[in-house]
Amino acid sequence: MIDKRVADLAAAVAPIHDGAAVMIGGFGSAGIPYGLIDALVAHGAGGLTIISNNAGAGEEGISALLREGRVAKVICSYPRTPGSIWFERRYEAKEVDLEIVPQGTLAERIRAAGSGLGGFFTPTAYGTRLAEGKETRMIDGRGYVFEQPLPADFALIRAEAADRWGNLRFHATARNFNPVMAMAARHTIVEARQVLDGPMEPEAVVTPGIFVKSVARYAVRP
Amino acid sequence: MIRLSDDDVARRLARDIPDGAYVNLGIGMPNRVASFVPEGREVMYQTENGLLGVGPAPDAGMADPELIDASKKLVTTIPGSAFFDHPTSFGMMRGGHLDIAVLGAYQVAENGDLANWATLDDNYPPAVGGAMDLVVGVPRIYIIMRHVNRDGSPKLLEKCTYPLTGLGVVSRVYTDLAVLDVTADGFRLVELAPGNSFEDVQSVTGARIAA
Repeated sequence: MIDKRVADLAAAVAPIHDGAAVMIGGFGSAGIPYGLIDALVAHGAGGLTIISNNAGAGEEGISALLREGRVAKVICSYPRTPGSIWFERRYEAKEVDLEIVPQGTLAERIRAAGSGLGGFFTPTAYGTRLAEGKETRMIDGRGYVFEQPLPADFALIRAEAADRWGNLRFHATARNFNPVMAMAARHTIVEARQVLDGPMEPEAVVTPGIFVKSVARYAVRP
Repeated sequence: MIRLSDDDVARRLARDIPDGAYVNLGIGMPNRVASFVPEGREVMYQTENGLLGVGPAPDAGMADPELIDASKKLVTTIPGSAFFDHPTSFGMMRGGHLDIAVLGAYQVAENGDLANWATLDDNYPPAVGGAMDLVVGVPRIYIIMRHVNRDGSPKLLEKCTYPLTGLGVVSRVYTDLAVLDVTADGFRLVELAPGNSFEDVQSVTGARIAA
C-alpha cells in the first residue's frame, strides 16, 4: 500500500541533514511552506544550501533560517525585497554565499534536474556578467549560454490539497516554483492545507504523486 | 525644464499598448501603466509568478493572500485568466509569446543595451529576477524611467557603465522629458514632453539624439 502521509511537520523534516541542499517553493508570500520551514528551524539542521526564488522577508520563512545561522549559501533570483533584513545582514557580514540566477534560468535548471536532462542553451544572460565563464554557442545567428541542471537533496513544497498517494493541486499564484521543485529533489516533502480522505480527481492533479515522498497537513494560509 | 509626473509618463506609455496585447509590467513605475490603458482595449497582463490576466486590487475583505503579482501586491483574476507554474511562465517570455514588456532602468545605451539589475556597489546584493528572461524573449521592450538620476547625471548614454541585463534589447524609452526610439543609428526623438525644447532634452542626455 502507498501512503505518503506522515504524523506531523516535525516527522516530515526529520530526514534533513546538515549541509543538505534544500529547495523551498514560493514567490513573495504565496506558496511558501511556512509550516515546514518552522519545523526545519526547530529540527536544527545547519550549513544548508537554500534554493528558492527569494531569500525571505521579515522574521518568517527563509528569514528565520538565516536569522538562526542555518544557511551557508542561497541560490536565488531576487534576494533583495522589502524587509529582507536577515539576508542583507548575513550577506554584508559575508556569512552567506549568494549565487544569483535569472528567474527563468532557475526554473529551467530545476526542471532539467527533475526531467533527467544534462542542461540546456538559453539566450537569457548572454553577453552579461551572469554568463561569465560559461560555455556559449551561436544557434541560428543568436548567442546562447549553456546552463547546468540544478538538483537538490530535499524540496519543501506547499500545496492546497494532497491525497495519500502524494498527488497535489495548488491554489492561485501559490503554484509558482512548487511543481517543478517537487520533481527535482531526491526527497520531496509537502505541507498541504487539506489532506483528502480519498483520491484526488485525476483531472485536477497538477503534480503526480510519484514525485512526492511525504505529506503533512498544515492548514494555515498566510 | 518641465517634467511630467510619473503617472503622466505611465499614461503616455499606456496609449501605445494596443487592443489585444499580452503585456508584462515590471515592478515599480512600470506597474502604474495598467491603470491608464484607454477604455475599450482588452489587454492581458502577465505576471511572472504565474498569472495571465491580472485584475485590479481586490475589494476590502475579498483579498486572497495567495493571489499576488510580481510586486507582491494583492490582485484579482479577470474573465479569461489562467494560472500556471514557473517553467510555463518563463516559456511565455523566452518563447516570444508576449507582445510587450515594460521595465524600469538604471541606464539605457544608444545601441539598446539595458542595465537594470545591479549597480557597481558590491555591498548591495544584486537582484535580477525575471528581467534577463523578458528582454531576450519579448519583441518590444519599453523602458519607463526618469530622464536623469537624482544627482542630475544622465541615464541615457552612449554605453552603459553598470552590468548589463541584455544587449541591444530596448525598443523605446519613455521619460519625464521625452519619448525616444532606439534605432540602428541610436536614439531618435519621437516626442518631447510639453514645454521642453529639443536642446533642453539633448543637454541632459549622455548620447546624441536624432531629431
